[in-house]
Amino acid sequence: MATVTLKGIQKNYGAVQVIKGVDLSIDDREFCVFVGPSGCGKSTLLRMIAGLEEITSGELLIDGQRVNDVPPSERGLAMVFQSYALYPHMSVADNMGFSLRLAGASKEERRSKVAEAARILHLDNLLERKPKELSGGQRQRVAIGRAIVRKPKVFLFDEPLSNLDAALRVQMRIELARLHDELAATMIYVTHDQVEAMTMADKIVVLQGGVIEQAGTPLELYHHPRNLFVAGFIGSPKMNFLPATVTAVQETGTTVRLASGASIAVPVRPGPQRAGDTVTLGVRPEHMRLAQEGEISGEVMVVERLGGETFLYTRLPDGAMLIIQADGEIPTNVHEIVRVKLDPVTCHLFDTDGFAMERIQRHPLANLRRLPTRKAS
Amino acid sequence: MHPKTREKLIATVVGWLAAGVIFFPIFWMILTSFKTEVEAIATPPKLFFTPTLENYVTVRERADYVHFALNSVLISVGATLLATLIAIPASYAMAFFPGKRTKDLLLWMLSTKMMPAVGVLIPIYLLFRDSGAIDTRWGLILVYTLMNLPIVVWMLYTFFKEVPKDILEAGRMDGAKPKQEVWMLLMPLSLPGIASTALLSIILCWNEAFWSLNLTTSQAAPLTTFIASFSAPEGLFWAKLSAASTIAIAPILVFGWMSQRQLVRGLTFGAVK
Repeated sequence: MATVTLKGIQKNYGAVQVIKGVDLSIDDREFCVFVGPSGCGKSTLLRMIAGLEEITSGELLIDGQRVNDVPPSERGLAMVFQSYALYPHMSVADNMGFSLRLAGASKEERRSKVAEAARILHLDNLLERKPKELSGGQRQRVAIGRAIVRKPKVFLFDEPLSNLDAALRVQMRIELARLHDELAATMIYVTHDQVEAMTMADKIVVLQGGVIEQAGTPLELYHHPRNLFVAGFIGSPKMNFLPATVTAVQETGTTVRLASGASIAVPVRPGPQRAGDTVTLGVRPEHMRLAQEGEISGEVMVVERLGGETFLYTRLPDGAMLIIQADGEIPTNVHEIVRVKLDPVTCHLFDTDGFAMERIQRHPLANLRRLPTRKAS
Repeated sequence: MHPKTREKLIATVVGWLAAGVIFFPIFWMILTSFKTEVEAIATPPKLFFTPTLENYVTVRERADYVHFALNSVLISVGATLLATLIAIPASYAMAFFPGKRTKDLLLWMLSTKMMPAVGVLIPIYLLFRDSGAIDTRWGLILVYTLMNLPIVVWMLYTFFKEVPKDILEAGRMDGAKPKQEVWMLLMPLSLPGIASTALLSIILCWNEAFWSLNLTTSQAAPLTTFIASFSAPEGLFWAKLSAASTIAIAPILVFGWMSQRQLVRGLTFGAVK
């Protein structure tokens, strides 16, 4: 059992405030991912939870216990660093058993616990090697093994996959998800890669400028982003934003007119918006389709063919860029004029302050957890 | 000739010339030590002569070389150990927990090396006299420790800076106390750096003459005092002085030669990455 609760956490470096009051609660056995652009404070926040950075103000509770002043090793946490931070002068077995050695565990106990972790991570044959004799992926596994051996209440990961190549990253992602299931432990994971966040998280926390922009399940963030920042950050390629004017407000939705003159009735509550107000329409590249009867047209400037799908970077008459995801087979080429059809149900509206207008219907999968059931510990 | 080749040739020639200029006095001293006193002062100097070991025999008869050499070893190693022992925690703190003024502090420490030693001779001499430290090994060890501390701290600081902070933090997460962090992680990881720092410190101590001449007479006198004793009241005996100098510098020369790779790595560390 391990819950992590942050209450009004702040961090100042001299006069500079980098974490500006974070409130968050992470449930037992939850896989929580901190995501955000570089400099958003996600690593600092993780290091504060780890105890490697002092907390300027606010409270950090682990299992309901205030741990602000508890040294890192006594918080019941283990951390996997971006650089792996293996001890270069020790063998794999010694690396993994270091914490036990410091705790005064017997040789026999150390050996059996290291062997157990090695089995889980398939490191059995590498125990006598030094870190420099290992590949990137193997080092990563040793770093995770070092964490497992401590049997922590909470695992902390600081961008652990960013030094691996693309293929290995996908493989480790799957392994981490499996590990989370097998260990049934609470995990906090920092990344700048929104794909990692989407694929692994039970809960994603989007940070920007030291504040939480939104926290929720991956699909909640995808379908119900709270503001323009989250809408643009989650999803790849990013969501398109088009200026629009409110023309009618009803119970069933808000009708807006785009610069092209097209009119769309989006099923979101108008709130305080009135006809004539300026709003932003958001639509993801994957939610548009090419069609002769489409309401927007533009000139294709760049075509990116990925095989399975094609991205068309299209310039609209008003100069705005629109990214369209199309089928991999379409023959469209640069400088062709294409027309796209929007599906109102997948469109988002944002008010002048950048906040999303509430959808009338919640997405059926918005509350879906990554793993429907959990093994009891 | 290709301009690149010419450049390389010039660099090589200049390098050898510089090395020759630096090495010449040592070469000449060794040569002189095998001459007779008359040959030693002959003008023009003689390059070809019948070598003799007479000077070495005289030097051995006149003074107990082993006594001085032992003092040199004990004092150099002792001062180096003490300086390293003090500098390791200091450099650790400065490298991994720097404060606002850490850089200034480091520069200030180094700046004390710019001060001429003679500036503090009188106070140190008086302190030594009153505490009975004159002509004692521990007294000289103390002075040498203080003399080398800035450079040892500075070098260790540079080496420690090269150790990834993450590794020490991982240690902290694993439950390492500061002492264990230093002993089990930092020191093994920067062993080559600590070794070259210690080497340099030993060499600096071995060659130090100012304090050893002023603060020792016989009991604790190291080899530098031993050399000086051959240029005393009866006048200068160049050949004997050279013989004494040769056997005085021989151990450290051999030591330096054997560890030159380590030493060069240490001295150019940070400068060439």
